[in-house]
Amino acid sequence: MHLVYPAVLSALLFCTGLYGVLARRNAILVLMSVELMLNAVNLNLVAFDVWLSRTAVETLHSGQALTLFTIAIAAAEIGIGLAIVLAVYRNRGTSDIDRLRDAAEGPDDDSDPGRDSDAAATARAAEKAEATP
Amino acid sequence: MNLAAQTHGFLSPTGVEIAFLLVGLATFGAALVTVTTKQLVHAALWLVVTLGGLAVEYLLLTAEFIAWVQVLIYVGSVVVLLLFGLMLTKAPIGRSPDADSPNRWAALAVAVVAAAALVWVVADAFRTTWIDLDGTAAGTTRVTGEYLFRNWVLPFEALSVLLLAALVGAIVLSRKAKADAAGPPGRTATTPTPADGGGDRAPTPGDSDRAPTPGDSDRAPTPGDSDRTPAPGGGDRTTTPRGGDRSAEEGAR
Repeated sequence: MHLVYPAVLSALLFCTGLYGVLARRNAILVLMSVELMLNAVNLNLVAFDVWLSRTAVETLHSGQALTLFTIAIAAAEIGIGLAIVLAVYRNRGTSDIDRLRDAAEGPDDDSDPGRDSDAAATARAAEKAEATP
Repeated sequence: MNLAAQTHGFLSPTGVEIAFLLVGLATFGAALVTVTTKQLVHAALWLVVTLGGLAVEYLLLTAEFIAWVQVLIYVGSVVVLLLFGLMLTKAPIGRSPDADSPNRWAALAVAVVAAAALVWVVADAFRTTWIDLDGTAAGTTRVTGEYLFRNWVLPFEALSVLLLAALVGAIVLSRKAKADAAGPPGRTATTPTPADGGGDRAPTPGDSDRAPTPGDSDRAPTPGDSDRTPAPGGGDRTTTPRGGDRSAEEGAR
Protein backbone atom coordinates (compact mmCIF):
# COMPACT_ATOMS: atom_id res chain seq x y z
CA MET A 1 0.00 0.00 0.00
CA HIS A 2 1.21 3.46 -0.76
CA LEU A 3 2.24 5.20 2.44
CA VAL A 4 0.69 8.43 1.23
CA TYR A 5 -2.85 7.16 1.76
CA PRO A 6 -2.72 6.78 5.56
CA ALA A 7 -0.45 9.79 5.92
CA VAL A 8 -2.78 12.08 3.99
CA LEU A 9 -5.86 10.72 5.75
CA SER A 10 -4.12 11.33 9.06
CA ALA A 11 -3.24 14.89 8.12
CA LEU A 12 -6.81 15.60 7.02
CA LEU A 13 -8.26 14.14 10.21
CA PHE A 14 -5.84 16.15 12.29
CA CYS A 15 -6.84 19.38 10.59
CA THR A 16 -10.51 18.49 10.99
CA GLY A 17 -9.90 18.14 14.69
CA LEU A 18 -7.98 21.40 14.67
CA TYR A 19 -10.96 23.17 13.12
CA GLY A 20 -13.24 21.62 15.71
CA VAL A 21 -11.05 22.72 18.60
CA LEU A 22 -10.90 26.26 17.30
CA ALA A 23 -14.48 26.66 16.17
CA ARG A 24 -16.60 24.86 18.72
CA ARG A 25 -18.03 26.55 21.78
CA ASN A 26 -19.27 23.64 23.83
CA ALA A 27 -16.44 22.17 25.88
CA ILE A 28 -17.51 18.60 25.20
CA LEU A 29 -17.42 19.18 21.45
CA VAL A 30 -13.92 20.52 21.91
CA LEU A 31 -13.03 17.29 23.68
CA MET A 32 -14.45 15.33 20.75
CA SER A 33 -12.24 17.30 18.38
CA VAL A 34 -9.24 16.57 20.58
CA GLU A 35 -10.11 12.90 20.24
CA LEU A 36 -10.08 13.30 16.46
CA MET A 37 -6.61 14.81 16.59
CA LEU A 38 -5.34 12.01 18.82
CA ASN A 39 -6.76 9.43 16.45
CA ALA A 40 -5.04 11.07 13.52
CA VAL A 41 -1.75 10.73 15.37
CA ASN A 42 -2.57 7.09 16.11
CA LEU A 43 -3.17 6.35 12.46
CA ASN A 44 0.15 7.92 11.57
CA LEU A 45 1.95 5.89 14.21
CA VAL A 46 0.42 2.63 13.07
CA ALA A 47 1.07 3.25 9.38
CA PHE A 48 4.70 4.19 9.92
CA ASP A 49 5.21 1.29 12.28
CA VAL A 50 3.86 -1.17 9.73
CA TRP A 51 6.11 0.38 7.12
CA LEU A 52 9.22 0.39 9.30
CA SER A 53 8.71 -3.09 10.70
CA ARG A 54 9.24 -4.44 7.17
CA THR A 55 12.14 -2.25 6.17
CA ALA A 56 14.14 -1.63 9.33
CA VAL A 57 15.89 -4.46 11.09
CA GLU A 58 14.87 -3.91 14.68
CA THR A 59 12.12 -1.44 15.50
CA LEU A 60 10.70 -2.82 18.77
CA HIS A 61 7.30 -2.01 17.21
CA SER A 62 7.55 1.34 18.89
CA GLY A 63 4.79 2.84 16.75
CA GLN A 64 2.17 0.35 17.83
CA ALA A 65 3.32 0.48 21.44
CA LEU A 66 3.04 4.25 21.36
CA THR A 67 -0.40 3.91 19.81
CA LEU A 68 -1.56 1.77 22.70
CA PHE A 69 -0.11 4.26 25.15
CA THR A 70 -1.79 7.12 23.32
CA ILE A 71 -5.13 5.34 23.49
CA ALA A 72 -4.74 4.82 27.22
CA ILE A 73 -3.69 8.42 27.78
CA ALA A 74 -6.63 9.60 25.68
CA ALA A 75 -8.96 7.59 27.89
CA ALA A 76 -7.44 9.20 30.98
CA GLU A 77 -7.64 12.61 29.33
CA ILE A 78 -11.30 12.24 28.46
CA GLY A 79 -12.10 11.19 32.03
CA ILE A 80 -10.30 14.12 33.60
CA GLY A 81 -11.61 16.50 30.96
CA LEU A 82 -15.20 15.51 31.51
CA ALA A 83 -14.78 15.77 35.29
CA ILE A 84 -13.46 19.32 34.85
CA VAL A 85 -16.25 20.21 32.44
CA LEU A 86 -18.86 18.90 34.87
CA ALA A 87 -17.30 20.83 37.75
CA VAL A 88 -17.32 24.01 35.65
CA TYR A 89 -20.90 23.36 34.63
CA ARG A 90 -22.01 22.90 38.22
CA ASN A 91 -20.29 26.09 39.28
CA ARG A 92 -21.15 28.30 36.34
CA GLY A 93 -24.26 26.77 34.84
CA THR A 94 -22.69 26.63 31.39
CA SER A 95 -20.17 24.62 29.45
CA ASP A 96 -19.68 27.33 26.87
CA ILE A 97 -15.98 28.03 26.81
CA ASP A 98 -16.48 31.45 25.27
CA ARG A 99 -18.06 32.63 28.49
CA LEU A 100 -15.34 31.40 30.81
CA ARG A 101 -13.37 34.60 30.65
CA ASP A 102 -12.67 35.25 34.29
CA ALA A 103 -8.96 34.88 33.77
CA ALA A 104 -8.94 37.14 30.72
CA GLU A 105 -6.34 39.86 30.72
CA GLY A 106 -4.88 42.30 28.31
CA PRO A 107 -6.16 45.24 26.32
CA ASP A 108 -9.66 43.83 26.11
CA ASP A 109 -9.84 43.93 29.85
CA ASP A 110 -10.51 47.67 29.88
CA SER A 111 -13.74 47.40 28.00
CA ASP A 112 -14.73 43.94 29.04
CA PRO A 113 -14.93 43.90 32.84
CA GLY A 114 -18.34 45.45 32.99
CA ARG A 115 -19.76 43.05 30.50
CA ASP A 116 -17.85 40.09 31.83
CA SER A 117 -18.63 40.62 35.45
CA ASP A 118 -22.18 41.31 34.39
CA ALA A 119 -22.31 38.02 32.49
CA ALA A 120 -20.73 36.19 35.38
CA ALA A 121 -23.17 37.81 37.77
CA THR A 122 -26.10 36.84 35.60
CA ALA A 123 -24.76 33.31 35.34
CA ARG A 124 -24.49 33.12 39.12
CA ALA A 125 -27.91 34.64 39.42
CA ALA A 126 -29.26 32.06 37.02
CA GLU A 127 -27.70 29.32 39.05
CA LYS A 128 -29.14 30.78 42.22
CA ALA A 129 -32.51 31.22 40.64
CA GLU A 130 -32.53 27.62 39.49
CA ALA A 131 -31.37 26.36 42.82
CA THR A 132 -33.79 28.49 44.78
CA PRO A 133 -37.03 26.64 45.33
CA MET B 1 12.96 2.11 -1.74
CA ASN B 2 13.97 2.88 -5.28
CA LEU B 3 13.56 -0.73 -6.20
CA ALA B 4 10.18 -0.76 -4.60
CA ALA B 5 9.28 2.39 -6.45
CA GLN B 6 10.10 0.73 -9.71
CA THR B 7 7.99 -2.30 -9.03
CA HIS B 8 4.98 -0.14 -8.18
CA GLY B 9 3.39 2.33 -10.48
CA PHE B 10 2.71 5.74 -9.01
CA LEU B 11 -0.58 5.49 -7.12
CA SER B 12 -1.29 2.11 -8.59
CA PRO B 13 -4.45 1.11 -6.86
CA THR B 14 -4.48 -2.33 -5.39
CA GLY B 15 -7.51 -3.79 -3.73
CA VAL B 16 -6.33 -2.86 -0.27
CA GLU B 17 -5.66 0.68 -1.39
CA ILE B 18 -9.11 1.04 -2.88
CA ALA B 19 -10.69 -0.28 0.30
CA PHE B 20 -8.50 2.04 2.36
CA LEU B 21 -9.46 4.98 0.19
CA LEU B 22 -13.18 4.29 0.41
CA VAL B 23 -13.15 3.73 4.16
CA GLY B 24 -10.92 6.78 4.50
CA LEU B 25 -13.41 8.92 2.60
CA ALA B 26 -16.21 7.72 4.86
CA THR B 27 -14.07 8.38 7.93
CA PHE B 28 -13.11 11.85 6.81
CA GLY B 29 -16.69 12.71 5.92
CA ALA B 30 -17.89 11.52 9.30
CA ALA B 31 -15.17 13.59 10.96
CA LEU B 32 -16.28 16.66 9.02
CA VAL B 33 -19.88 16.11 10.10
CA THR B 34 -18.67 15.64 13.67
CA VAL B 35 -17.07 19.06 13.82
CA THR B 36 -19.74 20.90 11.87
CA THR B 37 -23.11 19.53 12.93
CA LYS B 38 -25.35 21.70 15.06
CA GLN B 39 -26.82 18.81 17.00
CA LEU B 40 -24.56 17.88 19.85
CA VAL B 41 -25.68 14.30 20.29
CA HIS B 42 -25.36 13.70 16.57
CA ALA B 43 -21.78 14.90 16.79
CA ALA B 44 -21.05 12.15 19.30
CA LEU B 45 -22.75 9.57 17.11
CA TRP B 46 -20.81 10.66 14.03
CA LEU B 47 -17.69 10.38 16.14
CA VAL B 48 -18.57 6.70 16.52
CA VAL B 49 -18.55 6.37 12.72
CA THR B 50 -15.19 8.12 12.54
CA LEU B 51 -13.58 5.95 15.19
CA GLY B 52 -15.06 2.79 13.70
CA GLY B 53 -13.72 3.75 10.30
CA LEU B 54 -10.31 4.25 11.83
CA ALA B 55 -10.56 0.77 13.35
CA VAL B 56 -11.20 -0.61 9.87
CA GLU B 57 -8.16 1.30 8.63
CA TYR B 58 -6.07 -0.32 11.34
CA LEU B 59 -7.35 -3.70 10.21
CA LEU B 60 -6.37 -2.89 6.63
CA LEU B 61 -2.92 -1.97 7.90
CA THR B 62 -2.77 -5.44 9.56
CA ALA B 63 -2.66 -3.97 13.06
CA GLU B 64 -5.55 -5.99 14.33
CA PHE B 65 -4.96 -5.80 18.06
CA ILE B 66 -4.95 -2.02 17.90
CA ALA B 67 -8.11 -2.16 15.83
CA TRP B 68 -9.94 -4.10 18.52
CA VAL B 69 -8.50 -1.90 21.25
CA GLN B 70 -9.79 1.06 19.27
CA VAL B 71 -13.26 -0.46 19.09
CA LEU B 72 -13.26 -1.40 22.76
CA ILE B 73 -11.87 1.78 24.26
CA TYR B 74 -12.90 4.54 21.91
CA VAL B 75 -16.23 3.34 20.62
CA GLY B 76 -17.04 1.44 23.78
CA SER B 77 -16.04 3.81 26.52
CA VAL B 78 -14.88 7.20 25.31
CA VAL B 79 -17.97 7.91 23.25
CA VAL B 80 -20.17 6.67 26.07
CA LEU B 81 -18.33 9.01 28.42
CA LEU B 82 -18.87 11.86 25.99
CA LEU B 83 -22.57 11.07 25.74
CA PHE B 84 -22.79 11.02 29.53
CA GLY B 85 -21.03 14.36 29.61
CA LEU B 86 -23.49 15.79 27.12
CA MET B 87 -26.39 14.53 29.20
CA LEU B 88 -24.99 15.79 32.49
CA THR B 89 -24.38 19.26 31.10
CA LYS B 90 -27.94 19.28 29.76
CA ALA B 91 -27.03 19.67 26.15
CA PRO B 92 -30.01 20.58 24.02
CA ILE B 93 -31.43 17.71 22.03
CA GLY B 94 -32.38 19.60 18.90
CA ARG B 95 -30.37 22.00 16.83
CA SER B 96 -28.38 24.51 18.82
CA PRO B 97 -27.53 27.46 16.60
CA ASP B 98 -24.74 28.66 18.87
CA ALA B 99 -22.71 25.45 18.67
CA ASP B 100 -20.03 27.21 16.67
CA SER B 101 -17.99 30.16 17.73
CA PRO B 102 -18.43 33.37 15.73
CA ASN B 103 -14.79 33.23 14.69
CA ARG B 104 -15.17 29.91 12.93
CA TRP B 105 -14.11 31.40 9.64
CA ALA B 106 -10.71 32.16 11.10
CA ALA B 107 -10.62 28.62 12.44
CA LEU B 108 -11.58 27.32 9.01
CA ALA B 109 -8.79 29.33 7.40
CA VAL B 110 -6.25 28.01 9.91
CA ALA B 111 -7.42 24.43 9.41
CA VAL B 112 -7.39 24.66 5.61
CA VAL B 113 -3.93 26.21 5.56
CA ALA B 114 -2.63 23.58 7.98
CA ALA B 115 -4.22 20.79 5.93
CA ALA B 116 -2.75 22.12 2.70
CA ALA B 117 0.72 22.43 4.20
CA LEU B 118 0.61 19.01 5.87
CA VAL B 119 -0.78 17.19 2.86
CA TRP B 120 1.71 18.83 0.54
CA VAL B 121 4.70 18.06 2.74
CA VAL B 122 3.63 14.50 3.52
CA ALA B 123 2.73 13.62 -0.05
CA ASP B 124 5.97 15.08 -1.31
CA ALA B 125 8.07 13.34 1.32
CA PHE B 126 6.61 9.86 0.99
CA ARG B 127 5.79 9.85 -2.70
CA THR B 128 7.92 6.80 -3.39
CA THR B 129 7.25 4.82 -0.24
CA TRP B 130 5.21 1.68 -0.16
CA ILE B 131 4.08 -0.41 2.77
CA ASP B 132 4.57 -4.12 2.27
CA LEU B 133 1.41 -5.66 3.62
CA ASP B 134 2.10 -9.20 2.46
CA GLY B 135 3.34 -11.92 4.75
CA THR B 136 2.64 -12.08 8.44
CA ALA B 137 0.54 -9.39 10.00
CA ALA B 138 2.44 -6.63 11.72
CA GLY B 139 0.16 -6.32 14.71
CA THR B 140 -1.43 -9.60 15.67
CA THR B 141 -2.16 -10.20 19.31
CA ARG B 142 0.82 -12.51 19.62
CA VAL B 143 3.24 -9.98 18.18
CA THR B 144 1.69 -7.23 20.25
CA GLY B 145 2.06 -9.20 23.46
CA GLU B 146 5.63 -10.06 22.67
CA TYR B 147 6.83 -6.54 22.02
CA LEU B 148 4.68 -5.00 24.70
CA PHE B 149 5.80 -7.27 27.52
CA ARG B 150 9.32 -7.78 26.30
CA ASN B 151 10.45 -4.30 25.35
CA TRP B 152 7.86 -1.95 26.75
CA VAL B 153 7.11 -3.34 30.20
CA LEU B 154 8.30 -0.35 32.17
CA PRO B 155 6.28 2.26 30.22
CA PHE B 156 3.32 -0.10 30.41
CA GLU B 157 3.48 -0.23 34.19
CA ALA B 158 4.04 3.51 34.40
CA LEU B 159 0.96 3.92 32.24
CA SER B 160 -1.08 1.84 34.66
CA VAL B 161 -0.01 4.16 37.48
CA LEU B 162 -1.00 7.12 35.33
CA LEU B 163 -4.42 5.60 34.69
CA LEU B 164 -4.88 5.07 38.41
CA ALA B 165 -3.92 8.69 39.07
CA ALA B 166 -6.37 9.85 36.41
CA LEU B 167 -9.13 7.73 37.91
CA VAL B 168 -8.52 9.11 41.40
CA GLY B 169 -8.28 12.61 40.01
CA ALA B 170 -11.58 12.33 38.19
CA ILE B 171 -13.28 11.02 41.33
CA VAL B 172 -11.82 13.81 43.46
CA LEU B 173 -12.93 16.46 40.98
CA SER B 174 -16.44 15.07 40.85
CA ARG B 175 -16.77 14.75 44.61
CA LYS B 176 -15.55 18.24 45.27
CA ALA B 177 -18.02 19.56 42.75
CA LYS B 178 -20.78 17.68 44.53
CA ALA B 179 -19.82 19.15 47.90
CA ASP B 180 -19.86 22.63 46.43
CA ALA B 181 -23.13 22.04 44.66
CA ALA B 182 -24.72 20.98 47.94
CA GLY B 183 -23.79 24.31 49.53
CA PRO B 184 -25.43 27.02 47.43
CA PRO B 185 -29.09 25.98 47.88
CA GLY B 186 -28.88 26.45 51.62
CA ARG B 187 -27.24 29.79 51.17
CA THR B 188 -29.40 31.14 48.44
CA ALA B 189 -32.60 30.01 50.04
CA THR B 190 -32.13 32.71 52.66
CA THR B 191 -31.26 35.40 50.16
CA PRO B 192 -33.78 35.54 47.38
CA THR B 193 -32.36 37.44 44.49
CA PRO B 194 -34.21 40.31 42.88
CA ALA B 195 -34.28 38.43 39.61
CA ASP B 196 -36.37 35.77 41.23
CA GLY B 197 -39.55 37.20 39.93
CA GLY B 198 -42.11 35.61 42.17
CA GLY B 199 -44.86 33.16 41.80
CA ASP B 200 -43.53 30.78 39.23
CA ARG B 201 -40.97 29.45 41.65
CA ALA B 202 -43.25 28.66 44.55
CA PRO B 203 -41.84 25.92 46.74
CA THR B 204 -43.30 22.53 46.12
CA PRO B 205 -43.62 19.82 48.69
CA GLY B 206 -40.85 17.86 47.03
CA ASP B 207 -38.40 20.60 47.90
CA SER B 208 -38.27 19.84 51.56
CA ASP B 209 -34.97 18.09 51.06
CA ARG B 210 -33.40 21.39 50.23
CA ALA B 211 -33.86 22.87 53.64
CA PRO B 212 -30.67 24.35 55.02
CA THR B 213 -28.74 21.78 56.93
CA PRO B 214 -26.94 22.62 60.15
CA GLY B 215 -23.67 22.34 58.33
CA ASP B 216 -24.63 25.31 56.23
CA SER B 217 -24.64 27.76 59.10
CA ASP B 218 -21.17 28.88 58.15
CA ARG B 219 -22.47 29.78 54.76
CA ALA B 220 -24.50 32.71 55.94
CA PRO B 221 -24.54 35.53 53.42
CA THR B 222 -21.58 37.75 53.89
CA PRO B 223 -21.36 41.33 52.77
CA GLY B 224 -19.08 40.14 50.01
CA ASP B 225 -22.02 38.45 48.40
CA SER B 226 -23.73 41.69 47.66
CA ASP B 227 -21.82 42.08 44.44
CA ARG B 228 -23.33 38.89 43.17
CA THR B 229 -26.75 40.36 42.73
CA PRO B 230 -27.28 40.96 39.06
CA ALA B 231 -27.77 44.30 37.46
CA PRO B 232 -31.44 44.92 36.79
CA GLY B 233 -31.01 45.05 33.05
CA GLY B 234 -28.64 42.15 32.77
CA GLY B 235 -30.81 39.35 33.90
CA ASP B 236 -32.60 38.71 30.67
CA ARG B 237 -29.99 36.55 29.10
CA THR B 238 -29.46 33.62 31.33
CA THR B 239 -32.25 33.77 33.84
CA THR B 240 -34.75 32.06 31.65
CA PRO B 241 -36.29 29.31 33.69
CA ARG B 242 -35.39 25.89 32.47
CA GLY B 243 -37.86 23.30 33.46
CA GLY B 244 -36.17 19.96 33.82
CA ASP B 245 -32.96 21.27 35.31
CA ARG B 246 -33.51 20.42 38.90
CA SER B 247 -34.79 16.94 38.23
CA ALA B 248 -31.84 16.20 35.99
CA GLU B 249 -29.49 17.56 38.60
CA GLU B 250 -31.09 15.42 41.20
CA GLY B 251 -30.63 12.42 38.97
CA ALA B 252 -26.99 13.29 38.54
CA ARG B 253 -26.31 12.89 42.21
